Amino acid sequence: MSLVELRDIRKSYQLGGETIHALDGVSLDVEEGEFLSIIGPSGSGKSTLMHILGCLDSPTSGTMQLDGTMIHNASQSQLAAIRNKKIGFVFQFFNLLPKLSVTQNVELPMIYGSVSSKERRERSMRALEMVGLENRAKHRPSQLSGGQQQRVAIARALVNDPKIIFADEPTGNLDSHTGEAILELFHELHRKGRTLALVTHDPEIAAVTPRKIEIRDGKIADQVDARLAGMDRG
Amino acid sequence: MSIWNGIIIGLSEIWAHKFRSVLTMLGIILGVSSLVAMSALVQGMENGMKEALVAMGGLEKIEIEPRDPDEMPLHQRHLADQAPGLRLSDVKALDSNGYLISELTPAVEMSRWGNDLTVTYQDKMTEPFFVSGTWPVSLELMEHTIDHGRMFNEIDNEEVRSVCVIGTGIRDQLFGDPTVTGEEVIPLGEVIVIQGQPFTIIGMFEHYDSQDGLKKRAAAIEAAKNNQDGTQIYKADRGRSNFAFRIKNNHILVPLNTMIMKFRSGTEENPVSDPRLSNLQMKIPSVELLNPALMQVRNVLLMTHNGIEDFSFRTQEDWAEGINTTINNARMSGGVIAAISLVVGGIGIMNIMLASISERVREIGIRKAIGATTATVFIQILIESIVIAIFGGIAGLGASYVLVQLIGSFSPDENKPVITLGAMILAFGFSVMVGALAGLYPAIKASVLHPIQALRYD
Repeated sequence: MSLVELRDIRKSYQLGGETIHALDGVSLDVEEGEFLSIIGPSGSGKSTLMHILGCLDSPTSGTMQLDGTMIHNASQSQLAAIRNKKIGFVFQFFNLLPKLSVTQNVELPMIYGSVSSKERRERSMRALEMVGLENRAKHRPSQLSGGQQQRVAIARALVNDPKIIFADEPTGNLDSHTGEAILELFHELHRKGRTLALVTHDPEIAAVTPRKIEIRDGKIADQVDARLAGMDRG
Repeated sequence: MSIWNGIIIGLSEIWAHKFRSVLTMLGIILGVSSLVAMSALVQGMENGMKEALVAMGGLEKIEIEPRDPDEMPLHQRHLADQAPGLRLSDVKALDSNGYLISELTPAVEMSRWGNDLTVTYQDKMTEPFFVSGTWPVSLELMEHTIDHGRMFNEIDNEEVRSVCVIGTGIRDQLFGDPTVTGEEVIPLGEVIVIQGQPFTIIGMFEHYDSQDGLKKRAAAIEAAKNNQDGTQIYKADRGRSNFAFRIKNNHILVPLNTMIMKFRSGTEENPVSDPRLSNLQMKIPSVELLNPALMQVRNVLLMTHNGIEDFSFRTQEDWAEGINTTINNARMSGGVIAAISLVVGGIGIMNIMLASISERVREIGIRKAIGATTATVFIQILIESIVIAIFGGIAGLGASYVLVQLIGSFSPDENKPVITLGAMILAFGFSVMVGALAGLYPAIKASVLHPIQALRYD
């Protein structure tokens, strides 16, 4: 069984009396340890797909399984618990809480996961070490550079040891040099066995991931899997 | 998320917006302090009234007064000219038949209000509230305590001696006020003239006042001792002290027989002596016996008065009831006003919390994305609101202390406001409740935000 299984997922909105089909029958499997990118122009439905994959939203129809649990019918509080335990998010605008210190930001998911304060400190320290920011623990997000803030966000995404990490345009707000460093960090996490999904509109960024899913008009338009492609050639 | 974390988050939010938080708390501070101060004021009033009640003999005291013919029962009005009035024979009858009465004295009284009542000593003159001719037992009945000298006794009464026992108010006027002169004059053996008749002072009562008044007076005497140039520092008694205490301090007691001989016997203008008493004063062993005792006394007196009800009872119960009604009314109206100000404070909190969450939509979105549930967001906002109310409540208790000191400095001594623990707990509890109610709507509003919309919000 795959880590994530989407079957004929549809999502539609009512917008000014008009029904908009943001996702129009998407089926997708993600295996454990995969590093994939979801690519598509704005309005293609890739963000909606990520929201559903990330349990921020529920599909209108279709079934979804994550880590052995069917979750397309889950309640808001069940989804919140799944987001907390099994999913990590990295956003374009970092989305750190400005009034909290770096450590406090990283500890936040564990606070909602009811982890003891001693363990919280240890785990947040370990996560910060992983992204190379252990000496910035007491700083405020505003005292850090964009790349450092994004690393804090990655540490926060990692700290509850999630099954899958979603990154929504993680380099969109960074200069290309810093962006490359962040992507390199993702590669490193991938090598350590993490499952990562990168959402982007930039084909150059998508090109670095082994698997690439292209969304257009709410459907999967194209799938490229470097491993399978390699096997074909072989 | 534990409650403790919620409190920490709430505190840091409050700290991040110090000025705004203080303004928000101001409503609660004013509400709590006005509630506590109001209750302290009412408590002070109650204490003052109850002290006065006790000073006047407590609930066990009954006074029988002659009744005005107009107030006699309708069917007896035509008998008004046959009414005997209160006489010594009534006292004898009650003495032998009124076994529910523990103490009893007849009294013939002259008061400041009835006619001109003057007492002089050398070139000084004063107007006592009452001069009462009574039996020695009246000392207990009227809750008097002798501080110097002695009370007149049976022999003084039998021998019709011209002796008197005075209150300190009389002494202050005729012999000098210790709060002015700095020394306590004890005028035993001096002769004063009451309505033209000389009386020798054989005793003086202690000075009556509320606990606080006594303390101030002692301090004033001490100050006057060290300040001999004659300026008055402490305005004793006048207007500030409770009326009940002033009456007792300006009271003169003389033996009943002396009173009757000197002031009620036949004179040239009025050759027939007047045997009627001003009133009968009695005490019963306990308040529970009040109604049986009243019935018994009434029965006895109806016998001696040929069935004519020309007397009436005055008990302190009406007074005590009046005190309770007044206190309850004051408490109710003050409580409502203070509660309204607390509610206004609560609206202030709600307003600020709404502003605060619309500023923090994105933060709420982030928290939800990383696992905050509807419930945890709800609790967080609610706790913030309660924490503001708690801080406001604590500050309000502090403010109420200052407020009460301020009010106490210009309120009469016997009505000095008293802060009660109950009022503090009530006000604090109420402020926390107001905080919780005020936080409810903002907390619901924040907790139902959809994470995606909240994350997109700028």
